[in-house]
Amino acid sequence: MVYMRQVGARVKRKEDPRLITGSSNYVDDFNPRGVGHLGILRSVYAHAKINGIDTSAAKAHPGVIAVFTGADVPELDRPMPHGEGETAGGQKGMVGIVTAPLATDRVRHVGQAIAAVVAEDRYIARDALDLIVVDYEPLDAVIDIEEAVKDGAPQLYDEVPNNTAYTWTRKRGEVDAAFAEAEVTVTQRMNNQRLAAISLETRGVLAQPDPLSGGLTVYTSTQNPHSVRAEIARTLGLSEIEIRVVAPEVGGGFGAKISSYPEEMIVAALARKLNRPVKWIETRSEHLLATHHGRGQINEISLAAKRDGTITGLRMRCLADLGAYPRDASVPPLTGMLMSGVYGYQNVDIEIRGVYTNTMATGAYRGAGRPEAAYYVERIMDVLAAELGIDPVEVRRKNFIPPDAFPYKTPTGPTYDSGDYNKPLDKALAAADYQGQRAEQRQLRAQGRYRGIGVVTFTEICGFGPFDSASVRVEPSGKVTVATGISPHGQGQETTFAQMVADELGVSMDDVIVVHGDTARTPAGKGTMGSRGLVVGGSALFKTLGQIKEKATKIAAHLLEASPEDIEFREGKFGVKGAPDRTKTLVDIAAAAYSGSLPDEIGTGLEATDFFAPPGTTFPFGADVVTVEVNPETGEVALLRYVAIDDCGRVISPLLVDGQVHGGLTQGIAQALFEEVVYDEQGQLVTGTLMDYAVPKPEYVPMFENDRTETPSPHNPLGAKGIGELATIGSTPAVVNAVVDALAPFGIRHLDMPLRPQRIWQAIQDAQAKAPAAAD
Amino acid sequence: MATHPITLTVNGSQRQGQVEPRRLLVHYLRDELGLTGTHIGCETSQCGACTVILNGQAVKSCTVFAVQADGGQVMTIEGLAQDGQLHPIQEGFWEEHGLQCGFCTPGMILSTYDLLLKNPDPSEQEIRHALHGNLCRCTGYQHIVKSVQYAANKMKGAPAVAD
Ligand code: FES
Ligand code: FES
Repeated sequence: MVYMRQVGARVKRKEDPRLITGSSNYVDDFNPRGVGHLGILRSVYAHAKINGIDTSAAKAHPGVIAVFTGADVPELDRPMPHGEGETAGGQKGMVGIVTAPLATDRVRHVGQAIAAVVAEDRYIARDALDLIVVDYEPLDAVIDIEEAVKDGAPQLYDEVPNNTAYTWTRKRGEVDAAFAEAEVTVTQRMNNQRLAAISLETRGVLAQPDPLSGGLTVYTSTQNPHSVRAEIARTLGLSEIEIRVVAPEVGGGFGAKISSYPEEMIVAALARKLNRPVKWIETRSEHLLATHHGRGQINEISLAAKRDGTITGLRMRCLADLGAYPRDASVPPLTGMLMSGVYGYQNVDIEIRGVYTNTMATGAYRGAGRPEAAYYVERIMDVLAAELGIDPVEVRRKNFIPPDAFPYKTPTGPTYDSGDYNKPLDKALAAADYQGQRAEQRQLRAQGRYRGIGVVTFTEICGFGPFDSASVRVEPSGKVTVATGISPHGQGQETTFAQMVADELGVSMDDVIVVHGDTARTPAGKGTMGSRGLVVGGSALFKTLGQIKEKATKIAAHLLEASPEDIEFREGKFGVKGAPDRTKTLVDIAAAAYSGSLPDEIGTGLEATDFFAPPGTTFPFGADVVTVEVNPETGEVALLRYVAIDDCGRVISPLLVDGQVHGGLTQGIAQALFEEVVYDEQGQLVTGTLMDYAVPKPEYVPMFENDRTETPSPHNPLGAKGIGELATIGSTPAVVNAVVDALAPFGIRHLDMPLRPQRIWQAIQDAQAKAPAAAD
Repeated sequence: MATHPITLTVNGSQRQGQVEPRRLLVHYLRDELGLTGTHIGCETSQCGACTVILNGQAVKSCTVFAVQADGGQVMTIEGLAQDGQLHPIQEGFWEEHGLQCGFCTPGMILSTYDLLLKNPDPSEQEIRHALHGNLCRCTGYQHIVKSVQYAANKMKGAPAVAD
């Protein structure tokens, strides 16, 4: 047989056979005997006092097992601890506020949980919810962040004036001087609208008493089972070993399933109280109401620059909407930290205020703070280019951090690991035939057609620790069981990790199984988020495989009667150097490992667990070129071409990287063109179903032209940088830049997202009213 | 609430049940028959995760009452592979990385089944159009289009299969 390396090869996924036949299990697919179906009564007011809750009619309804309010369950009437996010914990210096899983006296957003019904059947649970009567006393609500910070605005928390939870600042260099001396300055107000994650599987929780521990087994659709375990244990006053959390198949997360949620606490507490299995499955409307949103910022950003395009200073004043009960308020500061982009300016003055409003909390959503930063930076670069009359590509090149400057300490905070920003840009411009496209654009403009080209260059921060883990057990047959502390839910690490094992130990990918998402079967881990799965989890596996190989080498040496120094791993076998036919396979070695007859200095068995605590974060980067055409009669945008060149360091699974890029691009494009969570002035959610919230359909996106450059990260043994979020981060500003470029003949320099036809059409009308001759 | 008797042929075998008139077909399939490969992503007819083949047509089973399907023939994702042999559409999704989290996949596959029955040689635009009632949040659709193309090619090349 020809020996083939799996790492870097196009391989089919190990996950797929069970998923394409419908034979695997998501949370709602489990129906243990005696399961009670839980429904949640949610606030219909954005802000109100609760004077009473009458559950008597619901309790009397046939088929209802029990009805609970916070007053009935002390564990659910205590504040939940702060969540664990991509960078962990609540924001430092933050005033306010965590919530109890069930509200008893006050509600602060529509959708907040007030009471829970457990019934024999999910239909009955919903019937019974209608029978609960809540005596509300409505209070003034504040929805808009710019209103919320004004004096005299309705206040969510008595102890938090101007609803300002925290102010995050970063000031470096001589910003005032830079602006005073600037040859040119530009300023733009930008809105980064609220989005919803819309994992296709909503959240869901099933808790059942566990006779083994005397506690609970909890199945939950989460990205982070170990942290959910810790929080349920704390809420119930149990220890971690009494709670087992399983993330079975999880139908997407995108950041919204990182934090634990009130519903996980409610289901767990009630399963214990009723001593029977209890299940809650979120409806899509509940997902829009009560799964945290992403983005939600308003920013005013200014650049100071020289006429040649060199940027000398950046200033920004940003309001970040936290909603009422943020579980992880660390996202907006990530925006501030990434405001250097891929550029070398040194004078920065950044202020971000985290603001409470009477809305659902915001939190991580694909990119979590970095897409906002890339949007502001890449948009204001184009505003500057337009002001100076310089090609947007040239303004960017002029300001790139040079390739010999790494590791590069940014004025905004992070230290970039490695980068070479011209590489993907050159490749993208060549692939898109940028010059040719500009020439074509000029011709079309002369014919009254509005072609636009958007260019972006961007980076982000990935690979957060504090650690992740892997256990590898070589079974007596020579087959391999891997258990990982990350918790993939679509990313495909069963495949990627099996590729690594195949190459490192010389087994077939079919002889490897990768276990994840179960606190009883995996070592301590930090879940899948922030593009850390391969970077941190894969590196932990690589380290563990190193330990296995070391012992396997000793066993091979023993079997081959050679010294370990004379053993090498070649083409999948452990062999004596210089003796091609003296080799042992992992099957031979495993048999010996479990024979019980190895000398004591080697010892029985072949398994290991190791952890990887990354010495620093990673910074993947890329460049996109997008082509659009705007129909001035209707305001519609046609997305004609999308060229994306990403650098995520070393690649294990090229096919899976392509998948991450396509999906990421589509989500970023969706923010630019389609999606927005909308509340009305009373705080009622207008976008409460998928009828109103515009997730892209297959016809809304083109075939993407994507490729890679490869700049390894020095911060992990794989050289990987992470690819889960990168494409999303670039694509939002890329598309907006292209649309605004198309509208340049109208004198338009910026438009707020989402760029739906009505907004574009209106902007054209307004521009023509101001300067009737301009467009003709 | 009163219940009604229904009889359905599901994946080739006859099933009888007693259901409330309001019970959705998707809940009957999932909760009563244990066919949990059919998923629920919205309950309001937008996402297509609940797609099954009813009397030869792709339908969203969250929008059909179980009593409406009485006497009908239903095929769910569990019924597509024959004798352990993947259907070419399933093969296509595996081969071309047409899924990530897999939650949309059963519905995508069955909508594709419906498309290829009606149009064995669809263009890229026809594929995208035919799947417009099926949302996928993970893939950006590119590999799904390729999966469908793979299946169409394979099915054209293969001898005609009895339905
Ligand atoms: S669940 Fe039926 S269309 Fe979404
Ligand atoms: S693969 Fe996740 S929704 Fe399609």
